[in-house]
Amino acid sequence: MQPFTTHTGVGVPLRRSNVDTDQIIPAVYLKRVSRTGFEDGLFAAWRADEHFVLNMAPYRAGSVLVAGPDFATGSSREHAVWALSDYGFRVVISARFADIFRGNAGKQGLLAAECAQSDVELLWKLLENEPGTEVTVDLEAKTVRAKDFTAPFQIDDYTRWRLLEGLDDIALTLRHSDAIGTFEGGRPSWKPTTTSTLPS
Amino acid sequence: MAKTLAEKVWDQHVVRPGSGAEPDLLYIDLHLVHEVTSPQAFDGLRLAHRGVRRPDLTLATEDHNVPTIGIELPIADPVSRTQVETLRKNCAEFGVRLYRMGDDEQGIVHIIGPQLGLTQPGTTVVCGDSHTSTHGAFGALAFGIGTSEVEHVLATQTLPLRPFKTMAINVDGELGPGVTAKDVILAVIAKIGTNGGQGHVLEYRGAAIEKLSMEARMTVCNMSIEAGARAGMIAPDETTFAYLKGRPHAPAGDAWDEAVAAWRELRTDDGARFDTVVDIDASELTPFVTWGTNPGQGLPLSERVPDPDQIADENERHSAQKALAYMDLTPGTPLRDIHVDTVFLGSCTNGRIEDLRAAAEVLRGRKVADGVRMLVVPGSMRVRAAAESEGLDAVFIDAGAEWRSAGCSMCLGMNPDQLAPGERSASTSNRNFEGRQGKGGRTHLVSPLVAAATAVRGTLSAPTDLS
Repeated sequence: MQPFTTHTGVGVPLRRSNVDTDQIIPAVYLKRVSRTGFEDGLFAAWRADEHFVLNMAPYRAGSVLVAGPDFATGSSREHAVWALSDYGFRVVISARFADIFRGNAGKQGLLAAECAQSDVELLWKLLENEPGTEVTVDLEAKTVRAKDFTAPFQIDDYTRWRLLEGLDDIALTLRHSDAIGTFEGGRPSWKPTTTSTLPS
Repeated sequence: MAKTLAEKVWDQHVVRPGSGAEPDLLYIDLHLVHEVTSPQAFDGLRLAHRGVRRPDLTLATEDHNVPTIGIELPIADPVSRTQVETLRKNCAEFGVRLYRMGDDEQGIVHIIGPQLGLTQPGTTVVCGDSHTSTHGAFGALAFGIGTSEVEHVLATQTLPLRPFKTMAINVDGELGPGVTAKDVILAVIAKIGTNGGQGHVLEYRGAAIEKLSMEARMTVCNMSIEAGARAGMIAPDETTFAYLKGRPHAPAGDAWDEAVAAWRELRTDDGARFDTVVDIDASELTPFVTWGTNPGQGLPLSERVPDPDQIADENERHSAQKALAYMDLTPGTPLRDIHVDTVFLGSCTNGRIEDLRAAAEVLRGRKVADGVRMLVVPGSMRVRAAAESEGLDAVFIDAGAEWRSAGCSMCLGMNPDQLAPGERSASTSNRNFEGRQGKGGRTHLVSPLVAAATAVRGTLSAPTDLS
């Protein structure tokens, strides 16, 4: 994973709450077995509308999405993160994220920055009044800046640390292989296994 | 210290307590895998030259993409076919047991785990699917994960996680006739909202929950994610043990007694504190349906389509306006007057044998209304076989419904079972998101009883509306 420290890019106002992952990427795009190339599925239904925000210059080239509360509810599909990243987004700002999406984003280097809804509203106005305004997201300082606007954002310490360092989660866990082995040795013998022979 | 059920299960699975920024490392007892969210995880293992640590705690099935007719033929859609074939290759390479399309044990991942007796009280269960919360009905701590986490569990059989908050959902009183587990959970979501459970494990408690069968409990826990929760749980009891006894992977002999003794400890202690408490009176609940485009936008069937202008919160109002435009509904219309084109009975929410029995009872001797199509999709091939042995297939077919093979089907329309643009469904599934059941399709979430009555009348209905 690439380390994430600071990112500056065009902000995109998405004035919708409860944007579910079926809207971020419909199921039909989930049939692929690759990990890249999901940008065409991003907001596929909404992008068919010429007035959708991503169809308008200069938002089209945006990399900081500013969305309404409860972003990415619903399905656990990590494809939602891949689609946003593949399109070019590095940051999503919202007042509330669905838990699974927040976890998925943290694993993939997409920053899910939680801002107060009042700050999201101010950002929306700024980005709508001056399309193309750049937003700077500073993970060290945990701040969002645009023009003379500055606001703090929340992120959990573990995700922040891994993003700043660009650390691979699995490698971190494998440092504890001995502890995993010890735990396995103490599991009750009646716990189920999937490979046992089924009674006929 | 007094602990909640969720805290007990958590504590029993901590491999290594968190320190500094690092969270607890949690052991996973059962990892369920399907074709959609796993290919990139297996690829990741290959790239890093890693193996599957515990294939014996991993089980795969084909469910999301599979067609529900003509399953003896190759999958027609080449992209779906490739995804299913990729799962077969990955399972063979990494030694994971797989139930393929057409196998006796194949079915929706959340139907087959419990059916095989793999889902047991006090276990940790994960799957790259948000409806993993279903397994919490057994007192398991079960939650959906993303593909990176699927890879993590395949490689390490653990996940680094911060403890979840806890929420008690007390459902006291008695459910009235014709009021089902689906109505309970739709009412819970409407009450606490699609974000109400965020960061929490919901523990469903109270007299009305204790009276539910295991299958009904699964329906309740299944939709915990629709309230934004990480997981839903119900304390195991005699109903749980009776369901599990004799299942293929359940403990037997002395191991059974030992397991039951451990399972009996899995109850929230008196005096344990929940972060949040919600109370619901079961006796006030009636059949519930959704009118909007998220599962929190629901009302009793006896109500009318709401007027967004009456909603105080700006975001909620905006959301309701967009939902009604998408759903093509007019404020004030009685919900019972809404015509549907399609009725879908199935999914991990309501695709079990009791769901099929309930719907068949309503349809027996009746006909699906002219112009309405009804799809009946059992959740697993075992459910299908059980239904056929009881003659339920004949009831559905005689009524004019289509009798299909097992899979996720129209719940998310990854296979050919989809709504056409503008089509409206009454669906026993779990999500009424825009386009979920097919591009431009409109979904009303309902119970199996309401689904069957709606099929007969052609408008949203309860069995009591039938003459």
